[in-house]
Amino acid sequence: MTLLKVNDLKVHFPIRGGILNRKIDAIRAVDGVNFEIRQGETYGLVGESGSGKTTTGKAVMGLNNITDGEIYFENELLNKGSKVNIRRDIQMIFQDPYSSLNPRKRVFDIIAEPIRNYEKLSKQEEKRRVQELLSQVGLSPESILKYPHEFSGGQRQRIGVARAIALKPKLIIMDEPVSALDVSVQAQVLNFMQELQEELNLTYLFISHDLGVVKHMCDRIGIMYNGRYVEEGTKEEIFNDPQHIYTKRLVAAIPDIDPKRRQDNFKFREQVKDEFTNSYNDYFDEDGLAYQLKPITDTHRVALPERG
Amino acid sequence: MSNPLLEIKNLKTSFRIGEKYYAAVDDVSLNVNENEVLAIVGESGSGKSALAFSVMGLHNRAKIEGDIFFKGKNIANLPTKEMNKFRGNELSMIFQDPLTALNPLMEVGRQIDEVLILHKSNMPKSQRKKYIIELLERVEIPRPKHVYNQFPHELSGGMRQRVIIAIAIANQPELLIADEPTTALDVTIQAQILDLMRELKDDLNSGVVLITHDLGVVAEMADRVAVMYAGEIVEIADVDTLFNNPQHPYTRSLLSSIPLLDDAQDKLHVIHGIVPSLKHLPREGCRFSARIPWIEEDAHEEQPTLHEISPGHFVRCTCYKHFYFPDESKEDQNHDVAKS
Amino acid sequence: MWKFTVRRLLITTPQIILLSAIVFILAKMMPGDALTGLIDPTLSQERIAEMREKLGLNNPWYIQYRDWLAGVVQGDFGQSFKYQMPVTELIWQRVINTFWLSLVSTIMIYAIGLPLGIVSGRYNDRLIDQLITGYTYLGFATPVFIFGLVALWIFGFMLGWFPTGGSVEPGLEPGTFEYILSKLHHLLLPSLSIALIGTVGTVQYLRSEIIDTKQRDFIITARAKGAPERRVYNRHIFRNSILPIAAFFGYEIINLINGSIFIEQIFSYPGMGNLFIESIMLRDYSVVTALVLLSGILAILGALLSDIILSVVDPRIRIK
Repeated sequence: MTLLKVNDLKVHFPIRGGILNRKIDAIRAVDGVNFEIRQGETYGLVGESGSGKTTTGKAVMGLNNITDGEIYFENELLNKGSKVNIRRDIQMIFQDPYSSLNPRKRVFDIIAEPIRNYEKLSKQEEKRRVQELLSQVGLSPESILKYPHEFSGGQRQRIGVARAIALKPKLIIMDEPVSALDVSVQAQVLNFMQELQEELNLTYLFISHDLGVVKHMCDRIGIMYNGRYVEEGTKEEIFNDPQHIYTKRLVAAIPDIDPKRRQDNFKFREQVKDEFTNSYNDYFDEDGLAYQLKPITDTHRVALPERG
Repeated sequence: MSNPLLEIKNLKTSFRIGEKYYAAVDDVSLNVNENEVLAIVGESGSGKSALAFSVMGLHNRAKIEGDIFFKGKNIANLPTKEMNKFRGNELSMIFQDPLTALNPLMEVGRQIDEVLILHKSNMPKSQRKKYIIELLERVEIPRPKHVYNQFPHELSGGMRQRVIIAIAIANQPELLIADEPTTALDVTIQAQILDLMRELKDDLNSGVVLITHDLGVVAEMADRVAVMYAGEIVEIADVDTLFNNPQHPYTRSLLSSIPLLDDAQDKLHVIHGIVPSLKHLPREGCRFSARIPWIEEDAHEEQPTLHEISPGHFVRCTCYKHFYFPDESKEDQNHDVAKS
Repeated sequence: MWKFTVRRLLITTPQIILLSAIVFILAKMMPGDALTGLIDPTLSQERIAEMREKLGLNNPWYIQYRDWLAGVVQGDFGQSFKYQMPVTELIWQRVINTFWLSLVSTIMIYAIGLPLGIVSGRYNDRLIDQLITGYTYLGFATPVFIFGLVALWIFGFMLGWFPTGGSVEPGLEPGTFEYILSKLHHLLLPSLSIALIGTVGTVQYLRSEIIDTKQRDFIITARAKGAPERRVYNRHIFRNSILPIAAFFGYEIINLINGSIFIEQIFSYPGMGNLFIESIMLRDYSVVTALVLLSGILAILGALLSDIILSVVDPRIRIK
């Protein structure tokens, strides 16, 4: 079942200039993006800085104004006037566990905030809910009176998760949720999110630039470049059979953990880099933008020009 | 082997918290040779950056004990004035965050020029400018003449990191310390910067200390690897040995906690507990013992030392002999962990 | 750059027009009008009505505003009934006096503020910094008119080091050396009073900028280059910290206008501020309106100046 459907999404930011400071151009942060996320899966959105992946996530979350296109959640159109009840089904977890939690608020208030926005609970009920949530994310229920700085990075990210699941959402958008964490803490948080997904039947939109993490977490993956999709497919298709030159380059750039393969990797990377330079015009239009996606299998779509 | 380029002996770097000093780097000894990349790996709080800053003499209010020999001269606690002859010259550093490591109000050319003014005072201005343009070309910055007059905010992160590298190599350093040089960069840019650093190292024949938490970067760059935990080196080996035959429980745990591309792990290994803060570092016995509570206490040494278990491969404490992951049975310990 | 300036000027114009309208309306709302001061109490009601008609005081407000504005644009603010001279002429003398007072105060503010801020920021939390910070707290807590009064009392009356009023010794030939010296002598105490109090903001701002800049990553880069401390401070820390202060220069003007009102009154210094209070007391409305409008325009121009300076000195927002 399709939970989220994004249809030709465009998010443009105006560039102002001239004497009267009028809009003279626009940054096309997201420029015609289509994808669907199915109930229960983890969908990875991958790209480098400036690719538009975070903007896409924020647009789904309703944090950005949409220039054009539609977003459907459970077949209902999400737009500015959406019913509040749909919005509470989508929650977001941010990259930096250090800055995304208000340092002056207690854990109790941080987690209770979304509940207060949508539900009227008595103080007692509210406290019980927050304590339940804390134990659900593996933190001691006694910590409700603590402040964020009293927790480690991994624990803070758990607080962020507790806040996100407070309203029992269906979709959680995770924007680089582990990038700021140490490797061992990262492992902890990733495992925990997988467990939580099973337990609460959650759907994840996982935004990241780290292909290792994405491969570990995601079922299907979309690759973005310059505001557009260049490729979309299952994890296997993207990593074992990348079709678009940008995807190839991205996959080739990942450091290999085996020092013995070092020389081969260098050579391969050089090769892909040359291919990227030489065939750039075959894969991108005059403006350096990707073409429309064309299906090559049922699940695999690649941005190739008409003739290709 | 002749004298190593850098020889650190029993280095202890302590910071003051309240009334007491706490060692962030605790009795670390290691050396780096010419044209060698030594990677120092660890998580935040392991002391790896404090170690790098100690070598550069960049700590403001730290107590530094022990010796740091650079080309045979002890530079530990050297007065700033004398240290400045080395810094930016024979000894230079690349920083983690290219967005903040450059002065936002100074043109790129002038920031590179500064390191020439300081160490090549007899070079005339016109010649310096020519050399800076060459340097910018060397670090593969397109349109170097134009970039010379640009401000940092006009350049992308990758380009800024190249400028920082240009500053670091301007005076052909013999030792280059790179503190998480690619952490803030995108993967494709990371690959390019690593390539560049490798080339430059070969050109200059310099030694490199690579500080990182990214084991992928280590596997790609390092000749030898030192793994740090809680201020100590827990394992040191050449790169092949470290990845294919890791011994210390911490090294093994780290390796099994990263998601690998060619491996369909279901669950990542999670290291028990949390990294202790500087104030609460265990100072006695095996510092890692609290993270592997299922290992019997008598597996650890009372005063853990580094043991050379094969030539050039050192492991701290004796607990590595008895270590197993909690989800495997005791019998099949010490196998298949290392395959990565 | 010029585009930015032009755009900023375009915004400034409606601001000034709006200001003039507000000033005019407020003046109209006050009891009495331009005629009040001119009337001879023996005049008959008919005569007064006739004069009102002649002066256009019976016209609708927008006509009156238009006429007033037309005058203002030509530099005609009407007559001061107290001095019986054109407001423009009256203000002109005062403006020059206030200009000198402000200039000397500004120089003093920076002459005191910059070194103190730099020392305080560089040696933060040491004794010297605690002394300077202590001074700034005192400065924040002391109203400028109290401080001015005390200074006048001690240095003017008790010690007799400085004159206690006026802007120049009477009877001196303008342009002579003695004249200039006497002017300066009269300026010193009031400017110093303004500066000692007015500078504490600059000290605090500069101090926190320096402490902030000291901890930036690029300072470590500079040290790693082998730059001696002196160079690190001069080329990187101070330079980067002083830029925002420079941009604040325009706002400093606004502060000076406020400060000078009290100080000129206390030191009986014949400047705009002094005239302002005097005119309010005497309901010399045409002067009050002119002064309010003038200081309003100065404030707007000060803000404009700050924006322009900032756009010039900071490459990150410099507009090409």
